[in-house]
Amino acid sequence: MSGVATETAVTIRVDDQEVAVPEGATILDACNAAGVDTPTICYGPTLTPVNVCRVCVVELDGSRALVPSCSRPAEEGMVVHTDSERVRHSRKMVLEFLATGVDLAQAEEMGQWAEHYGADPDRYVPGGETMNEPVRVQDNLYIRDYDKCVLCYRCVEACGDDAQHTYAISVAGRGFGARISTEFDVTLPDSACVYCGNCVAVCPTNALQFKTEFDLRQAADWRPEDQTVTQTVCSYCGVGCNLELHVQDNQIVKCTSPDDHDVTQGNLCIKGRFGWNYV
Amino acid sequence: MADLHFGDDQPTNSERTAVDAVVPEIDAATVTETERLVRGGRSRRQGLRHLLLPVLHSLQHEIGWISPGGLNCAAERLGVPPAEAYGVATFYELLRTTDPGHKEDVVHVCVDPTCAIAGNGELRASLEASGARVHASPCLGQCERAPAVFVQGVSRPDRVPADDDEDFRLPQAGDTGLRVLRRTGVVDPTSLDSYRQHGGYQALAQAIDMGPDAVIAAVSESGLSGRGGAAFPTGIKWRAVADEPGPDKHVVANCDESEPGTFKDRIVCEHDPFAVIESMTIAGLATGSPHGWIYIRGEYPRATARLEGAIAQARSAGLLGDDVAGSGQRFDIELRRGAGAYICGEETALFNSIEGFRGEPRNKPPFPTTHGLFSQPTAINNPETLINVLDIVTDGPEAYRSVGTERSPGTRLFCLSGRVAVPGLYEVPFGTPLGNLIEMAGGPVGSLAAVLLGGAAGVFVGPDALDMPLSLEDTREAGATLGSGVVTVFDDTVDMQAVVVRIAEFFRDESCGQCVPCRVGTKRQHEVLVELQSSGKALSPRRSELIDDMALAMVDASICGLGHTAASAVRSALALGLIGNSS
Amino acid sequence: MFGAGGGTSSYQEIEETDVILLWGSNAREAHPIFFHHLLKGLDNGARMFCVDPRYTSSARFADVWVGIDVGTDIALANGIGREIIHAGLADQKFIDRSTQGFEAYAASVEPFTPDAVAAICGIPPEAVVEMAHAYATADKAQILWTLGITEHHNAVDNVLSLCNLSLLTGHVGRWGSGLVPLRGQNNVQGGGDMGAIPNKFPGFASVDDPDHRARFEAVYGRSLNPVPGWHLTLMFEAMERGDLRALYVIGENPADSEADVIHARAQLESLEILVVQDILMTRTAEMADVVLPASVAWAESNGTVTSSERRVQRVRPAVSPPGQARHDIDILCDMAEAMGAELGPRDPQDAWDELRGLSAMHGGMAWERLEAAGGLQWPCPDEDHPGSPLLHGWLWADDLEGHDPAPFSVLQHEGPTEELSNEFPLRLTTGRALDSYNTGVQSGNYDSPLRFAGLDLNPADAAALGIADGDLVRVCSPRGSVEMNARLVSSLPAGLAFTTLHQPELIDVNVLTNPDWDPKSGTAEFKAAAVRVELIEAPETAGASVG
Ligand SMILES: Cc1cc2nc3c(=O)[nH]c(=O)nc-3n(C[C@H](O)[C@H](O)[C@H](O)COP(=O)(O)O)c2cc1C
Ligand code: SF4
Ligand code: SF4
Ligand code: SF4
Ligand code: FES
Ligand code: FES
Repeated sequence: MSGVATETAVTIRVDDQEVAVPEGATILDACNAAGVDTPTICYGPTLTPVNVCRVCVVELDGSRALVPSCSRPAEEGMVVHTDSERVRHSRKMVLEFLATGVDLAQAEEMGQWAEHYGADPDRYVPGGETMNEPVRVQDNLYIRDYDKCVLCYRCVEACGDDAQHTYAISVAGRGFGARISTEFDVTLPDSACVYCGNCVAVCPTNALQFKTEFDLRQAADWRPEDQTVTQTVCSYCGVGCNLELHVQDNQIVKCTSPDDHDVTQGNLCIKGRFGWNYV
Repeated sequence: MADLHFGDDQPTNSERTAVDAVVPEIDAATVTETERLVRGGRSRRQGLRHLLLPVLHSLQHEIGWISPGGLNCAAERLGVPPAEAYGVATFYELLRTTDPGHKEDVVHVCVDPTCAIAGNGELRASLEASGARVHASPCLGQCERAPAVFVQGVSRPDRVPADDDEDFRLPQAGDTGLRVLRRTGVVDPTSLDSYRQHGGYQALAQAIDMGPDAVIAAVSESGLSGRGGAAFPTGIKWRAVADEPGPDKHVVANCDESEPGTFKDRIVCEHDPFAVIESMTIAGLATGSPHGWIYIRGEYPRATARLEGAIAQARSAGLLGDDVAGSGQRFDIELRRGAGAYICGEETALFNSIEGFRGEPRNKPPFPTTHGLFSQPTAINNPETLINVLDIVTDGPEAYRSVGTERSPGTRLFCLSGRVAVPGLYEVPFGTPLGNLIEMAGGPVGSLAAVLLGGAAGVFVGPDALDMPLSLEDTREAGATLGSGVVTVFDDTVDMQAVVVRIAEFFRDESCGQCVPCRVGTKRQHEVLVELQSSGKALSPRRSELIDDMALAMVDASICGLGHTAASAVRSALALGLIGNSS
Repeated sequence: MFGAGGGTSSYQEIEETDVILLWGSNAREAHPIFFHHLLKGLDNGARMFCVDPRYTSSARFADVWVGIDVGTDIALANGIGREIIHAGLADQKFIDRSTQGFEAYAASVEPFTPDAVAAICGIPPEAVVEMAHAYATADKAQILWTLGITEHHNAVDNVLSLCNLSLLTGHVGRWGSGLVPLRGQNNVQGGGDMGAIPNKFPGFASVDDPDHRARFEAVYGRSLNPVPGWHLTLMFEAMERGDLRALYVIGENPADSEADVIHARAQLESLEILVVQDILMTRTAEMADVVLPASVAWAESNGTVTSSERRVQRVRPAVSPPGQARHDIDILCDMAEAMGAELGPRDPQDAWDELRGLSAMHGGMAWERLEAAGGLQWPCPDEDHPGSPLLHGWLWADDLEGHDPAPFSVLQHEGPTEELSNEFPLRLTTGRALDSYNTGVQSGNYDSPLRFAGLDLNPADAAALGIADGDLVRVCSPRGSVEMNARLVSSLPAGLAFTTLHQPELIDVNVLTNPDWDPKSGTAEFKAAAVRVELIEAPETAGASVG
């Protein structure tokens, strides 16, 4: 398959295919255009790439190290390998590394990729340090379970520059001790948080979870297979945000917004995100 | 720009004073002009963000930690969200965000290999016994006088006790063949006049006469390459910055020197600070960059003071400022102190640190020459690299190339420490064999077991490598590196297992934590080595494979050089059999 | 504005504009997702001026916050206009081609010198000059407003005073430049578009225009009343006179939301019959003789809503309505049937198609096109039309595409009708908070950690009254008094008090508000009442008391 060439297209080689992508597109875009599935963790379609997880790396001819496909712009004539020994090795190691310290039970996609690449988190030194964080339940809207956090920075970006501009959370600490945190780890109600839930919406591991989902999971009653998702428009202010209502047993259990809608780009405010209790 | 929300914690008066000292209220991010008019907004806040680290330093220095009230005050003044300010404060080893419960100075004792060999354990014990507040620190850049101590003052100046009773003398003092170190220990580092008497500022005058293009051409022809570790050709870097349009460009001197075993930049900055200033000025004029920055590690109080003194004198002599030495061009320098983070020596992490963000490296490309400090074109160099430019300008590239090898012209500074008779800083032509260098330092003490070349990020070589010429090409061929010029010597009495565990621990501690391969890889690598150490057994094939697997992922997939090199010393120690055999 | 009741610009345009005047709008809290687009504009380098009596959370993002006295908007707008003219920054070519009434306007703003404006508005004169120059010299500039402009007795004049500025500078009808009223409520735009205005049919056709009426009569198959109806404020006046004796309220809560609500409740009590159709048991419903439970439109039924950027989008049922609740359309049709009338299609899609036949601007919005994500922006006259991101492009056509030139308006500054006095020395203004909405009927039902109900006071005013943070106070206006807890807010200018209107069960704010209303729009002066605040010595829990 090859993309449609436009005037400002660049052509690159992904494995054995030539693909044309618009200028400014990334290698990941080119992989997608070529129909090559690529694992991603820190990348989000509405977020500026921070390229920290490194699971999306590819081998680029002429580059000594592997390059992150999610952030590297495609340039004319690039030759990219997505399934070389080195690529598979690094992807496997990233997934394996994360699994050694983080509870990935609810990160389904990552689990599938880990299996695909043969990650084996059990081969490390027994008793190695893990995230080891208590679940933070500080209000009735959403919870933070940093045992599940892979430090992908997506929540930080969504709370900050890329959407909300509230900056209630940041990465604190360094190295293996780095954590997502408010200032001095104050509780969310004491922080700048305005409960837009935009961080929850982008979290890839369910470390951030709506309280409704958390409670249902605690009660072993979270049944995605029994849920319907309906797209409608928020009833509060007149901006016209699209909502996706997730319904289980005729009850709304969570509310999201489509990433590809140009009014919201996946974001909502506290009213749209949580104000459906009365329904 | 943010929903600025501050908790109820208020600053104390002294905290407010500490903030005022860096950002007076009238310069705050939001200014109430009248009760009905407030000025703030994005550009105003952005313009202040780079003062975050200085404000945090000021608070830390005032009361010994950064309290919630102090952080609020600083964050509000700068318009920085408190969560972000906290994220920045917790990034640095010298900044504390928990109440230490006392207001005494903190005594940092180095725990890196050279100091361990030199008996830092006993030093630490005696300090603790005397009631000092001791804090374990990575290499303090004083390896030639190990074991090293740095005292972080609370409401008192920081100090390095060894500075007090030291009459500085270079081991090679009097050697007329010296280039970079020619003035070191000879010139009065606090006097511009003295610097001038020793030939100072002739190069700048000549550079102004030559014009930017000719200066850059000379640097290119000289073959000068970076001395900070990556050995990138300086001429190419300068040319790239010079070719960028517009006046918003920067020259940065990277004096963060934190590679274990390195102390050359400290010595150069302490004893020849004007040379750093002059060569930066030449870089500024050559690349058309009006803004100069020095980023110096926080544990170097004397070097900081001398550089600040030199900047002030140069400024009042018209050698910095709006019209540099009559050239009609502007160049001035701001100095910024690091706060205890090895990673901030990585150039893009350094930019983030100056800008007031966490010192996390950026992915490259784009490169600093186009997207450097404040995302503007930037030429960043190690001070040793910069000082070489003085001779290149005055003597010409031909003369410069007369020493060294064809592919590594010129001389190189080496930091010798560990089990050598005369530890210290040595300047030798590139290509000098390792053994000769060690002999210059009085030879090894005891029976030589291994040499660590290039510091923690480097590699171990065995006694069979003493013939290896110290040039970029020869070390590369041998799978070694010169890095930042570290030569740490170990004899057979040293517990190499402990040294290697400490190196692994260093990387674990200093990883910024941003990218998965390095954040987790350095952690698991350390765990494997600790297991090996405590088992007393030989490394199993399974563990050996794991170490190799981790190393490959760190080299291949990490963002920056820290991850890329975090396994190299470990693996070379295994390959040489320094560790991993049953004991 | 200039003949069509909708904002001229799309949200996306604000991401690309250069200067933003955010006027009487706390969009950060009232329109958070629109504000995301605005933030992108700021990130892209736009400068923002925020005009608001309060230093709001939106104002905190502005380069300059200008804190005018409540109700002095026209004076400021006229002053800016005068400065633009005097500085020679008016776009004379645009004025000559596309506008009318400039001379009269220019003459009318002449008294509004920066100093005069400063005296009226309580701001430094330089602020007037700075805003004028920034706005006029920008390549692209937008003015945005919300209820801070419209909840006044002279709401329409306030809006027109801002329109004047856009006509002076040509900041309208071009990409990135425009006039953007941010609708206070979901589907206010849609309601207006659909004719839920006393003098309009769907598509802004006029009730009193025989030609327009004939079009609707032809489709509805009956003759239509040519006399425009009453808006809510007129209805209350009619109740007072006894001319209105039966009221059928659909999805409104006037027993909490009307200004001078004690008076309003008395009028509702006096009705012979009150029927309320709502999704929840509101205070108005509690007063009703008959309550018709309705389904939740956006989550339980099919239909369309229209946003502030004139975007028509689909709503869909996600859950089935509880108990006896029924869809509004079914209730209405049955009601009509019981009265012997046939209201036409019940199926939302059929009803929509009927509308498309009557409202030209919706003509091209086939149901299937609306199904696709994103909907369509009106006008969209035919099925090939992509919808209209911006309005009034004709202002830039040499022949104005057959339109009349846009008129300047001559406007006088009047100030709030209720003057401050010794008895009532503080200005009370009301507004919305991020987590809540209107009278809190819907939004009060989730556990927001942000919720605060009380009176914001300047610390100096509070100190003069002996009030400390958290104290229980009594707020009295000429109409009644309410108790609430005080919160000291140093960013609130002295002389001003603020409260939200979200929790009437806790704090009955509209007991205090001023019912004087704008004859042109029917909106009451919620934003400006004169009050007195007293410390209640023995603190107890806050509650409403009718005074
Ligand atoms: C982890 C890490 C730490 C570094 N620390 C330093 C340092 O302290 N000083 C330095 O000059 N370069 C350091 N570098 C190298 C810089 O990134 C950069 O290459 C150098 O400053 C460029 O100057 P040069 O070309 O003159 O060597 C470090 C690199 C890495 C990856
Ligand atoms: S809910 Fe919104 S404001 Fe709160 S932390 Fe998440 S993104 Fe930030
Ligand atoms: S909480 Fe979720 S979104 Fe945030 S860094 Fe952790 S995994 Fe990523
Ligand atoms: S390699 Fe290590 S130090 Fe470098 S960016 Fe990654 S985590 Fe940070
Ligand atoms: S998805 Fe590319 S680095 Fe994380
Ligand atoms: S100062 Fe201790 S190792 Fe360098």
